[in-house]
Amino acid sequence: MTQVPPVLICARCEVPLTPGKVIASYLGFEFPIELHRCPSCGQIHVPEGLALGKMLQVEQMLEDK
Amino acid sequence: MDRQKTLEREARCIQDEPPGCSATCPVHVDVRTLIAKLRGGDPAGAAAVYAKTIPFPRIVSRVCDQPCLEACKRREVDQAIAIRSLERAAVELANSTPARPRPAKAKPARVAVIGSGLSSLTAAVDLASKGYQVVVHEAGGRLGGRLRSFPEAVLPAAVLDAELAGLEGPGLTVRLGARLGRDLTLEALTDTFSAVYLGVGPLGLEGVVATGPDGTVQVDPLTFATSHPKVFAGGGCRRGATYSPIGSLADGRFAALSIDRLLQDVSLSAVRERQGPFTTKLFTRTTGVAVRPEVQPADPALGFTAEEAHQEAERCLACECMECVKVCPYLEHYGAYPKRYIREIATNADLKKGDHTANRMINSCALCGLCEAVCPEGLAMGEVCHEAREEMVAQRKMPPSAHDFALRDMAFSRGDLFSLARHAPGMSSSEAVFFPGCQLSASAPEHVERIYAHLRQSLAGGVALHLGCCGAPADWAGQTALFSESLGELAETWRSLGNPRVITACSSCYRVFDDHLPGAKVESLWSVLEARGLPSEATTRPRTLTIHDPCSTRHEKPVQDAARAVLARLGVTVEEPALTRELTTCCGYGGLASFANPEVADKLVDRRIASTSSDLVTYCAMCRDRFARRGKRSLHLLDLVYGTPATDGAARLGPGFSDRHENRARLKQTVLREVWGEVRSGEARPMQLTFTPEVLARMEQRMILKEDVERAIRHAEETGARFSDPSTGHLLTNHRPVAVTYWVEYAPSEAGFQVFNTYSHRMDLRRAP
Repeated sequence: MTQVPPVLICARCEVPLTPGKVIASYLGFEFPIELHRCPSCGQIHVPEGLALGKMLQVEQMLEDK
Repeated sequence: MDRQKTLEREARCIQDEPPGCSATCPVHVDVRTLIAKLRGGDPAGAAAVYAKTIPFPRIVSRVCDQPCLEACKRREVDQAIAIRSLERAAVELANSTPARPRPAKAKPARVAVIGSGLSSLTAAVDLASKGYQVVVHEAGGRLGGRLRSFPEAVLPAAVLDAELAGLEGPGLTVRLGARLGRDLTLEALTDTFSAVYLGVGPLGLEGVVATGPDGTVQVDPLTFATSHPKVFAGGGCRRGATYSPIGSLADGRFAALSIDRLLQDVSLSAVRERQGPFTTKLFTRTTGVAVRPEVQPADPALGFTAEEAHQEAERCLACECMECVKVCPYLEHYGAYPKRYIREIATNADLKKGDHTANRMINSCALCGLCEAVCPEGLAMGEVCHEAREEMVAQRKMPPSAHDFALRDMAFSRGDLFSLARHAPGMSSSEAVFFPGCQLSASAPEHVERIYAHLRQSLAGGVALHLGCCGAPADWAGQTALFSESLGELAETWRSLGNPRVITACSSCYRVFDDHLPGAKVESLWSVLEARGLPSEATTRPRTLTIHDPCSTRHEKPVQDAARAVLARLGVTVEEPALTRELTTCCGYGGLASFANPEVADKLVDRRIASTSSDLVTYCAMCRDRFARRGKRSLHLLDLVYGTPATDGAARLGPGFSDRHENRARLKQTVLREVWGEVRSGEARPMQLTFTPEVLARMEQRMILKEDVERAIRHAEETGARFSDPSTGHLLTNHRPVAVTYWVEYAPSEAGFQVFNTYSHRMDLRRAP
């Protein structure tokens, strides 16, 4: 899963997001992916293109398993 | 899935049944494919199709007695297709004669064939191709038997000789001048050969095989066995003086099959149910087929030219059923027909591992019942899909995204913001209860208020109001537990109102009450208006509209009649579309198809819209809104009752998903205030949100509600959990109330918040440990 490097800032911690490992899970399936998240509080950012693209595809694939 | 039921259903789809011509042909020549090849300009292909079944194509295509013509559907329109002439054209126009299949591995068993007419030669060729050592015994000096009796104009000797010239080969030898009773005896043959086929008259057979009083050999009609276990017979010795060339050919073929089975020591009679001519179950509609008389060859002796054959081939109806597929864009969308779909759905259900590829198809059916209504065998795909959904839900295999949104909509309608059940103000009992349903309340809440006032006025004994959901979405989604829970609640409310007569404005609600509320008398609003009269403000205005019956009225003729009677009183001249009343179509909301597969659901709408140039009128709010959404001028019956000449109700777009909730909630507040005089205090002040039309359209398509957005912003503002984008100054937040994460891009505005974008996903994310 690729993404445009974000310029987003965590509004609570006032620090820029950095890439890091997160766990995506759906219907009992789990897999690690790399996404930008707040290095301080851990809030994860899911960009629109990912949510409506690859992530949707994987969701639908898992729903038909 | 229940295997027996699946097989029964598959068998009821007759699309795979052969056309009448093939079924009536004793050896089932694939006439439809043959003619299709000719139509496609491929005589060699057509000849190959013919040669697959017919051993001597040049002969048989001249002498066949064509029992197929009787069964040609074209006869219902004008004349049967000239099948034999087309077969002859295929054979003669093809550049080469298709090669006979290579014989199977040689087998030691020897078979004697007596006679050399069509039955004997067919038996000989069939057995030789299976690898047996066949010896044809012909009494005379040349092969052909009764084929020699055709006039030269029908079957020239040269054609016959040429076709039979290459007969001998590996495994097949010919003995000329070998007459039974003179040169050979049957007893001797049965001693030296493993089996004998008799294709000639009964001379010299007495005492060896049983014969009838007319001299013909007594033959088992299925196996062609005689009373002697090694001797089989057909053709002339069975048929006597009546000569059917194709019948003789079939005799030889079926006897050869028995001889093969005898020599392999397997059952002679098993699996021969459709041997010989049978009546096909295939249905083919011929109404509307234009008359086009049979093509006459310019030179009858030469037969069809390529052009003439092509023209005649174009007359072929290429018989098939497809009655349901023709009227249903959903069935058409998946490229096949119910027999295949039923198999796919059963396979999908039984799949333990791997991709359930039929899930989407199962959830895309509108469950509207049109296929069953047009099917000559009454097969209901909706039933199949509905059962499959129930099974998927029970096995936790239903994709959550398919119906989640619709079921949350249902939960909203059952919830406190909309649901309400009360006797009329000042009454402690009710003769009737009005149940407007969730979609009319969502689409036109003002109509609900006004028609409820009219009902209270025109019916004595009190009319209660029950706002809520009938539970149909749960049923359509295959959620049996939720549906039965909802029915229980519905029944409870109804009993608490004193079991009054139920008046519904929605025909899906009508069906749910009528089918599942035992003891309830259910009536449509339209029947009540017909009997009790229209509201005084209703104006009569002559106009012509095309009616669309909601699919849930398919079997409710009284409801359809009442709607038409009300329309007549409003001055409407009703145009009936081709598919109307019991053959009406679905707007795509049925079965929740529009949630599981918007593309297919839109095809249903578009097909209906394209069928008429007039404005549509219907008596289901959902149908009306779905037509309007696709750009069709459409009216609900109540739009006519309450419309004024100044308002153009047909141009109104229906509200989006968010406003449908809003309208229901507001309806409840309005009736509480206006009818019962109650003002609810302490209602949460809604957040002031502004959306651009683009964002609203995107939300509609992504099935995101304003309330989802509001909840996400509220959560962000309370917890501070949000990102900021320095390049735009916007904030971005997400919120996951239950199973969907909503992302909202927004910024504070003067009054509240401006929303710039929103999207969602179902996958859950957490920090890696």
